Amino acid sequence: MNRDVIVIGGGTAGMEAAGQLAKAECKVTLIEKEEEAGGHVRNWCHLFPDRRNSADVVKYLSDLINQKNITFLKGTSVESINKSKKKFHIKTNRGHEMLSDAVVIATGFDLFKSEKKEEYGYGIYNNVITSADLEAMFRSGDLRKQNGEIPGRIGFVHCVGSRDEKSGNLYCSKLCCVTAVKQAIEIREHLPESKVFCFYMDMRMGGAHYEELYMQSQEKYAVNFIRGKVSEVGESINNGLIVKVEDTLAGRPLKMELDMLVLMAGMEMAEGGRKIAGMSGLNTGENRFFAAADNHFGSNISNIKGIFYAGTCTAPMNITETISHARASVTEVMDYLKESNI
Amino acid sequence: MQFDPFVIPFNIGLYFILIYVITRSVIWFRDLSKPDKLRLQRGFFGIAFGMSLKEIFMESLIHRKILKTNLRLGYMHMSLAFGWFLLILFGTIEADIFGARHLNAPYKAIFFRFFNPEHGKTGFEAAYGFLMDLILAFILSGLLLAVLKRFYSKIVGMKKTTRLKLTDKIALTSLWLIFPSRLLAESFTSGAYGTGSFLTGTLGTWLATFLPARQMAYPFWWLYSLSLGTFFILLPITRYMHIPTELFLIFMRNSGIKTGDKAGTYSEVQTYSCSSCGICIDACQLNFSAGITNIQSAYLMKAIRNNDDVTDIAYNCLMCGRCDQKCPVGIELSPIRMIQRRGGEAENDIRNIYKGYFRSRQSVNPENEIIQANYNFLKEEEPGKTDIIYFAGCMTHLTPAIKKSMVKILDASGLKYNFIDEHGGVCCGRPLMLSGQDKEARELINFNSRMIWKSGAHTLVTSCPICYKVFKESYYLDVKVLHHTQFIKMLIDDGLVKMNFLHKKVVYHSPCDLGRGSGVYCEPKEVISHLARLEKSSFEDENSLCCGGSLANMKLSSSIKKKIALDAVNALTKNNPDILATACPLCKKTFSSVTEIKIADIAEIAAEALIAKPLKIYSSSHLTSIKELANI
Ligand code: SF4
Ligand code: SF4
Ligand code: SF4
Repeated sequence: MNRDVIVIGGGTAGMEAAGQLAKAECKVTLIEKEEEAGGHVRNWCHLFPDRRNSADVVKYLSDLINQKNITFLKGTSVESINKSKKKFHIKTNRGHEMLSDAVVIATGFDLFKSEKKEEYGYGIYNNVITSADLEAMFRSGDLRKQNGEIPGRIGFVHCVGSRDEKSGNLYCSKLCCVTAVKQAIEIREHLPESKVFCFYMDMRMGGAHYEELYMQSQEKYAVNFIRGKVSEVGESINNGLIVKVEDTLAGRPLKMELDMLVLMAGMEMAEGGRKIAGMSGLNTGENRFFAAADNHFGSNISNIKGIFYAGTCTAPMNITETISHARASVTEVMDYLKESNI
Repeated sequence: MQFDPFVIPFNIGLYFILIYVITRSVIWFRDLSKPDKLRLQRGFFGIAFGMSLKEIFMESLIHRKILKTNLRLGYMHMSLAFGWFLLILFGTIEADIFGARHLNAPYKAIFFRFFNPEHGKTGFEAAYGFLMDLILAFILSGLLLAVLKRFYSKIVGMKKTTRLKLTDKIALTSLWLIFPSRLLAESFTSGAYGTGSFLTGTLGTWLATFLPARQMAYPFWWLYSLSLGTFFILLPITRYMHIPTELFLIFMRNSGIKTGDKAGTYSEVQTYSCSSCGICIDACQLNFSAGITNIQSAYLMKAIRNNDDVTDIAYNCLMCGRCDQKCPVGIELSPIRMIQRRGGEAENDIRNIYKGYFRSRQSVNPENEIIQANYNFLKEEEPGKTDIIYFAGCMTHLTPAIKKSMVKILDASGLKYNFIDEHGGVCCGRPLMLSGQDKEARELINFNSRMIWKSGAHTLVTSCPICYKVFKESYYLDVKVLHHTQFIKMLIDDGLVKMNFLHKKVVYHSPCDLGRGSGVYCEPKEVISHLARLEKSSFEDENSLCCGGSLANMKLSSSIKKKIALDAVNALTKNNPDILATACPLCKKTFSSVTEIKIADIAEIAAEALIAKPLKIYSSSHLTSIKELANI
């Protein structure tokens, strides 16, 4: 059997899908725009809810794609996709021209660009960072303010670029609440003297072991949870950050000075995915993610026969869900190849 | 005595409308406030009168402004108005010289050909007849355009045309019938008597070849008289009332009367002066970006005239002022809309009575005292003594890059200043005013005024055009109010700050409240040209667009606001500038949320270009403009 499948995107979903397809004896080409596979997980330090090292996941995925049936093209992005008869014709920025029988889209997500919420001061005040920046600090093991001091009071702003009509994203990104809880705990472990505050609208703890982690953060780590949306961030004379927030449980406006503020940037349809949607005629939803053919039993299926979705290019998902979704896409691909006698 | 029963409808109509206009003017005059009455009296004997005559000629007859915006539409209005005026003028002269007697009743001039069918055979008479035919042809050409516009508005270069109510339709039909029936009546009479010039004569001779011209003429003279009579009688309750009303408007405006913030004669006269030309509809972004086509000023004027509920219309508007700038009649549309927004506070209940021919005002009792706004919780702090106050404003606190840039520039200038709302201040009051809550806004204004007064500053600098407008217009302050673009311009001119030249292409978006709202167009552009390469756009100055984020509209959904913003960004960045510059925190936020193009406030660009220098405090003695400010 010589069935060619192209997987676009070499993050968690793309690697998982490529690995499973190769196991099912397809010839797979995995296209990744970065110089290395692994996607966002590579930049993370520890994962929720069990704080396992993200390197474990990256290692599992790298081993998986290390098979003879998989060609990995790094630093490559797709320029055009065309379908004629049953074949997909794909051109890349590096001049490859490829034919394949099926395509799996695994373009993933981009983090919301936090500088767009200018009122939070990302890129303007030194000690306003994003959850991804904090994760990089954890990896380097060095958690400091820009001037080298150790931060004493640290705040987390939930829902940055999610659940926010003004940013154009009405949906919940699902992972930022639990990420904030995990990161808050880690800060308290790194810096036992610190005080940590989470400013949230709702705590969405809808995954296995999330609620337990949340309880632990309060009981064991004394993280303060304040219900209310941060309205603006300013700078005090001694370079501290002044955060204005409405405490909706106490029913009063709060103004507090912090040393560091972490923005929980939401997930958005990736730029690369948007380009592909534009060139291929694949449907996207109002939230700009790819729109699956059916919400219940067709979440891997697109509006073009032979093109399938895997992972967060369709909606925010955690790693467990992404891997399951990618495996499910392989089932759909195999069914399709069989039904159309390829 | 020359008389025929067919002139009766015309006579009734004419005398009715004359009496009506006089009565209505008396009522209007009576309702004016005392100072406005005085203004009007002074205007009547002063230069305002001459100015008004000139303006009436240029605008009500020639329609110069419409001609400038839209040639075909202007021609249509001009041929009808100016043509009709000439027809009456030369008709009266004709009747006076050639008629049986001097000083005739009006109908003899209007129906001159009927009473003098043999007239027009000799040289001079024929030449005069030629002139009359020429004028009639001029009017008919405009009428043809008007008829076509009704059915295909694109013909006159308009995208939208106003919708009509029933009485308007009847009046419109009678108006349309006036000139064709005159043409046919005169042609048949000319045909029967072998008179008439190139139009009526030729048509008449041709018609007479196959029709009994003498018998045919009479019914058309009836039709002519009837359509004139009907038109005059319906005039006061249709939009055509704008024809006589505009004369009052011009005179009142030249006498120095302003709209003010309560409904009154002047706002009513303006409402009736709207000709429903539809220019404001084409100018409105809610129309061409958002497809909302029932809230534009033309519809607001109509709804007020008809006494309809205007709440939805009044609030669904960006208050961008684009329509104010374009209205050829010069109606102060935004102030009138604000009056409607303050509706709850009206002193009078206005009702149309006698089928809409008159309006009565009945005093309304104030509604139960609304809960008093209470701002006692605001802490009054003692501001330090200073020369310059920097008031960033609430919006600027949401765009910290702007306030940081201003602090950098202020520090570099070495002037003594106080960032008065650095750690939170009190709103300037304009958002409340825009929603019609003037009393509540006044509380905030008084609070801020006290703070500013206590600081002893001579200059107030603000980063937000919304604050700027309200500080200038609604605060009674003894300080010079400057928008930061004006202030930066002064610093550059005085040599207090030095700037690098950035090699970037910058296109400028003029914010509504700064540009159209406050007339600040030049300084922002001058600052940009000093710092970078200023590019032109097709939407400059008065014609600039609204960013769509307007605080004044609480009815639009975010997606519509985004659509307006995106269309505006696309229109402004056609030539791929490096930066789309603005001078308003709200514009910046609105634009940033829809595009990846770099949006920056002029203050940010200036701060980037600033050449840092050691801090030293200048004594304000060797400064020019800033020093002048100190002695205001
Ligand atoms: S998961 Fe939490 S922080 Fe993230 S968008 Fe949902 S509610 Fe907001
Ligand atoms: S408000 Fe002015 S622009 Fe609008 S229809 Fe009336 S006259 Fe024309
Ligand atoms: S002010 Fe602006 S939004 Fe309002 S009607 Fe006029 S043009 Fe339209």
